[in-house]
Amino acid sequence: MSSRNIILQRLRNRTGGELTAPECDFSVLKRPDWSTTERIELFEKMIESVHGEVHHCTSDSWIERLAEILNTRGARNLMIPKQHTIGEAIKASERTDLPELLLYDEPIESWQPYLFNEVDASITSTRGGIAETGSLILWPTPDEPRLMSLVPPVHIAVLNASEIYTTFHEAMLAQDWASGMPTNALLISGPSKTADIEQTLAYGVHGPKELIVLVIE
Amino acid sequence: MSETIAKAHPHIDVKEFHPRAHAAIHNPKIRQNFRKAMDGLMAKRTAAFEGWDLETLRDLGANIRLKALSNLPDLLEQLEQKLTENGIKVHWAVDGDEACRIVRDICVARDAKSVIKGKSMVSEEMELNHYLQDQGIEALESDLGEYIVQLADETPSHIIMPAIHKNTGEISELLHEKTGTDLSNDVEYLTASARQQLREKFMNADVGVSGVNFAVAETGTLCLVENEGNGRMTTTVPKCHIAVTGIEKVVPSLEDVSALLALLTRSATGQHITTYFNMISSPRKGEELDGPEEVHVVLVDNGRSSIYQDDELLDTLRCIRCGACMNHCPVYTRVGGHTYGTTYPGPIGKILMPHLIGLDEGRHLPTASSLCGACGEVCPVKIPIPDLLVRLRQESVDGDRLHPAKVRGHGAKRSTGEALIWKGWAWMHASPGIYRLGTGVAARFRALQPSKAGAWTDYRTAPKLAAKTLHQRMKERGQ
Repeated sequence: MSSRNIILQRLRNRTGGELTAPECDFSVLKRPDWSTTERIELFEKMIESVHGEVHHCTSDSWIERLAEILNTRGARNLMIPKQHTIGEAIKASERTDLPELLLYDEPIESWQPYLFNEVDASITSTRGGIAETGSLILWPTPDEPRLMSLVPPVHIAVLNASEIYTTFHEAMLAQDWASGMPTNALLISGPSKTADIEQTLAYGVHGPKELIVLVIE
Repeated sequence: MSETIAKAHPHIDVKEFHPRAHAAIHNPKIRQNFRKAMDGLMAKRTAAFEGWDLETLRDLGANIRLKALSNLPDLLEQLEQKLTENGIKVHWAVDGDEACRIVRDICVARDAKSVIKGKSMVSEEMELNHYLQDQGIEALESDLGEYIVQLADETPSHIIMPAIHKNTGEISELLHEKTGTDLSNDVEYLTASARQQLREKFMNADVGVSGVNFAVAETGTLCLVENEGNGRMTTTVPKCHIAVTGIEKVVPSLEDVSALLALLTRSATGQHITTYFNMISSPRKGEELDGPEEVHVVLVDNGRSSIYQDDELLDTLRCIRCGACMNHCPVYTRVGGHTYGTTYPGPIGKILMPHLIGLDEGRHLPTASSLCGACGEVCPVKIPIPDLLVRLRQESVDGDRLHPAKVRGHGAKRSTGEALIWKGWAWMHASPGIYRLGTGVAARFRALQPSKAGAWTDYRTAPKLAAKTLHQRMKERGQ
């Protein structure tokens, strides 16, 4: 008999007999209806508590802010999505104070060392935020691949204020995640960190050292 | 110090618990490292649950885990079906050895020479690293704590913070000696050095091996909780990803995950959420430009289906591996993780390991507890750990005829002398005349009572019998 069948048979024929499933009441996860302003405030407080940086912008001002952020850090380049409106808007702005713009438009195998060693910053969209934990929701796509938010030392994320949910529970139900999940879905809450050396926090251990959120109001 | 450290390979002797405990208690460095860390973790956990109806949330956590377990075989089949539909290949392993062979076969089929690993306690259970190395495949840990432990050729001393037994100075010396970094107490510098060393490894590794925190049956999704990003690297950069998981990690729906995640990170490290919550549902597909082309899941039983047979022991399988029980355990805090000599230390180890290694080999585990109850009080899924410790103590002496012992190696601590004493005790208490005679004689000859009673009196005075029995005193009062 296959290992699969051995295991399943042992579980099915348990000597203790059949088990009954208890009721699960999820109401403890529910929160009152908060206004968008309250959610933004909580989101900001929570993500800043884990070393994330928040900038409040408008749809007119965010590219200017982006340029400032990159210039203060001396970024040599910025990786942008090719098709997403974020990428389009950055290209269309034709600002001269932005660093070199890069696209992630080839399979990783063909240019991995460059991504790991030469890219200073990336910018991606988000599918929303979660106020209670200060989290960003990302579903990577061919336009914004998985490593884009992980490998460069600075990750900048654009979040629409109207898409901040109160809890993870609320977000996954509102966006109906159960009907189909992407290859990879992520919650990102702050920059990469570790406390494995004597519980001392250090940032940027494997992923980005900085996470910067542009909240578009 | 070396006495207290459990070498990862070969098997350390679990039975040597007492000498190791003695050594650890007299090692100020170990005491300090653990005390400092555990105090911090307890305070952070309390703060993280502020404003929550924690009891109701823990009830929900417990019910979700019970719901999943009540339907375990069907859920595993559903998970397998969904994962397969999503393009993920599913393997089943009866024990750790079979799981190791499955991983090796996948590596061999791909001609893989190097494996990079995200943190996985199941792979520690399997002793995968040594197995692969024996097969000529390099296996490198990428979680910073696991990396440190691997460089030191040790085992994790805590399931969440593997290198918690070491302080910065010790880690600095280790990294200097093994990797050539400068001696420094600057944690930023040490972390940055490890980042650079491991980035090279990520780029060149043929296979990534990770654990799984939750496996969602309804969508065929593997969930990983982490702070460093090494888990994301491991599951995204190499061309092949193998996830190893215990069969009990399956949950019915994504909604269940939202509740368990809220409990897990707050209980573990007092974080509202970890930096990354990584949900993987398929290999790279269509136009996607990164991610592994192959994803495998190995569902590992390794004793879990035995635990599953018994209604009481079943609760052990609720565990979501947060480590709160060890953070709050007065014994663990004093003796540290290596003293136990087992993959899982602390209270959860004491109730889980006897099933994996047998109660004969793990005979000291259920008694390495003061039964203070702290572990049960903080467990996010309300595992009655103290009750299970008592149950395993009974099993280890085959103590109760009404509840026949079931765990492998049961009765290992049973001694004829002790059994006889208890038999006599029961007989005496069931016969009033004999009881009076017995206690009366004992009171009369109390001067002959020995003042030493083994290890008990090393640090305590022996209890003395009263001069008169209760019956005599009641009689004197005329009642």
